[in-house]
Amino acid sequence: MEQIQVVAFKLGNEEYAIDVMAVQEIIRPTAITRVPRTKDFYSGVINLRGNVVPIVNLAKRFNLEEVELTEKSRIIILNVNDIRVGITVESVTEVININKDDIETPNLTNVIDEKFIAGVAKYQERLLILLNIEEVLELTEVAQDTEEIKG
Amino acid sequence: MDTNEYLGLFLEESRENLQVLNEGLLSLEQDPENEMALNEIFRAAHTLKGMAATMGFEQITELTHKMENVLGKLRDKELEFSRFISDLLFKCVDALENMVEGISTGNQNEFVIDDLVASLKNLEEGQGQAVEETSQYTVKDELNEYENNLILKGQEQNYHTYKVVVEVSPQCVMKAVRAFMVFKNLEELGEIIKSVPAVQDLEDEKFDREFTLYLLTKENENKIRNAVDKISEISLKQLAEVKIQKEANLPKEKKKTVNQVDSWDKTKIKTMQTVRVDITKLDNLMNLVGELVINKTRLEQIMKTGQVTSLGETVEQIERITSDLQNVVMKVRMVPIEQVFNRFPRMVRDFSKELEKEVELVLEGQETELDRTVIDEISDPLVHLIRNSLDHGLEKPEERLAQGKSRVGTLKLIARQEGNSVLIIVEDDGQGINIEKVKTKAVENGMVTIKELEQMSEKEILDFIFAPGFSTAQQVTDISGRGVGLDVVRAKINSLNGNVFLESQPGIGTKFTIKLPLTLAIIQALLVKVEEEVYAIPLANIDETTLIEEDVIKNVQGQEVMVLRGKVLPLIRLSKVLEVPCTGKCGEELYVVVVRKGEEQIGLVVDELIGQQEIVISSLGKLFSNLPGIAGAAILGDGKVSLILDIGTLF
Repeated sequence: MEQIQVVAFKLGNEEYAIDVMAVQEIIRPTAITRVPRTKDFYSGVINLRGNVVPIVNLAKRFNLEEVELTEKSRIIILNVNDIRVGITVESVTEVININKDDIETPNLTNVIDEKFIAGVAKYQERLLILLNIEEVLELTEVAQDTEEIKG
Repeated sequence: MDTNEYLGLFLEESRENLQVLNEGLLSLEQDPENEMALNEIFRAAHTLKGMAATMGFEQITELTHKMENVLGKLRDKELEFSRFISDLLFKCVDALENMVEGISTGNQNEFVIDDLVASLKNLEEGQGQAVEETSQYTVKDELNEYENNLILKGQEQNYHTYKVVVEVSPQCVMKAVRAFMVFKNLEELGEIIKSVPAVQDLEDEKFDREFTLYLLTKENENKIRNAVDKISEISLKQLAEVKIQKEANLPKEKKKTVNQVDSWDKTKIKTMQTVRVDITKLDNLMNLVGELVINKTRLEQIMKTGQVTSLGETVEQIERITSDLQNVVMKVRMVPIEQVFNRFPRMVRDFSKELEKEVELVLEGQETELDRTVIDEISDPLVHLIRNSLDHGLEKPEERLAQGKSRVGTLKLIARQEGNSVLIIVEDDGQGINIEKVKTKAVENGMVTIKELEQMSEKEILDFIFAPGFSTAQQVTDISGRGVGLDVVRAKINSLNGNVFLESQPGIGTKFTIKLPLTLAIIQALLVKVEEEVYAIPLANIDETTLIEEDVIKNVQGQEVMVLRGKVLPLIRLSKVLEVPCTGKCGEELYVVVVRKGEEQIGLVVDELIGQQEIVISSLGKLFSNLPGIAGAAILGDGKVSLILDIGTLF
């Protein structure tokens, strides 16, 4: 059966998952420098071994209640379409394999905006919300912008 | 001699010499008495000839040789310089350029330069003016003049010419032997007049599986077929008779008709990938690296013995070396903008001729240095702007005279460094941009409504010409006005982290200003603290800093100002423009960093000055590109990220 590997993490009362191929690494929270004049869901930039990486506050992006940093908090560094971005999450649970057949198109819309959701996966007794990461990071818009410059 | 390793050198030097030829011819055209220019051209042609001969590029050798003869006559005053001669010489230079580019792209096709050579020869023999060149040079398919003649003559005497394409089987071990047998068998039937690849290459097995022979024979096709089929591991792939028409209409394939526009597009491919470095700079680099290695060993020693006192000393040394190293490497990367400006005189000459305009090109600040990577990219946008000025900006001589302007238009191309930026200005004294036309067009294109227009400043309206698909030119010419234009220029400049500004006055002229960062990845900056956040202000923007008390700040019409040595200085609180979250602590004492933005001075109010530091500029990435006021980020000594302010766009 076809499977995909995902990184599962918690935010608010839900458990989310991101395709492992989009994840570069997971780090502990570090000093974030605020960048003015950006959208409010960006918390700023961090220094990742000499590289400047923007950070998205996922709770803010999803219009959820702010979560406080704890010992368990993590930054997941993603690498999508050659753009590196970090997202802050409450805690990372595990890396798991889920069957593609167990993924359903979502019909629950009460938690976060539908466009962010790629599907909902059943795993044991848990429900994982698979994220449409391009949409979450607004990468489609960025990609268009760069296209224009090239053209 | 294996010339391959010299090929790169040859190409580069050829380009340089061609550039000299172009420049020399231009100045000669302006002043035919200019002996220095003539000598320069002569030298360049001569060098080119020598190099080409060494490398075995016969056509270049031949053409330059003939050019040299004509130039010699010019020098000895046996010929008089005329428009005809200069046009012919320019054509030769173009042909040479094409040949050199042909070599660089591995396109070894032969160019037909007979026309040019003939014209030069006629000139040399003193009948120059009468000769009209007949055609542009062409690339020939396979057979040269001599071979064509052979075939023609053969036809007259009932000989047939066959094109024989032979394929060697893939299992064949000794291809050369098989090829030899094909030769032998065919030569019993007639004469092989050409072989592709050449016989020598066939003998050396320098071919894949196929080769082509041209056979001149009285025999028929069957005999040839038999002769080839007799040989094992060989198959006949194609057998066709070659027939050639009378000489008058020899099928000259004009594969490479070179017109002017083409040769300019060529310049796009021609981006040099190398930097020429002064040997002393390299020696310097080597010395520094040597010192670095010595200090590294010292550090290892200290690690073993744990002497903390000598550690400090070594670290100091390393600090000095790295900063020197940085400087040298940076300098190596910088090239004068001359490299780009160089080819514009020729371009402007040709364009203005084509457009029947008279233009004087003024170049300033060619010595301004820019980073290599920027130099490569800046050429296209500049070409665009120059075309634009020549086509839309400058008027024809009669129109200029009618408006009481001088007959000859002026196009200025100026480069200069300003702080951490380089400005490149393209300015003409032409008709300017007709703002009414821009308005009409913008409304037509649905970019804006008439009502919105009323609210807009002139500057904002002018900005429309940078929009995609926008052209006010009523007539589409070869040179510009095709609607792909200024938007591309702006996009390109923006991608280099630069900006384009436009000023235009009807009847007086248009001025495009390109502002580019020096891309010095490392700058001196002043670190300042605003509440709890640390920002870096490029030192180049700072005039001075001063300590003030809160009550010095006055309010004039809603703008905070202070008086600094009798002058009123507008103030801006960084905490406000950067929306820094207030922590509530408001000190009595404040610092003012006086920065310069163009002509004006502005005081930035900050809480604390941390100090001057060298910082490495990092990009904020695609997500945060083009944030107003933020030039990038820097990682400080403590590992934290600090943002670098861009004074130009901060407020």
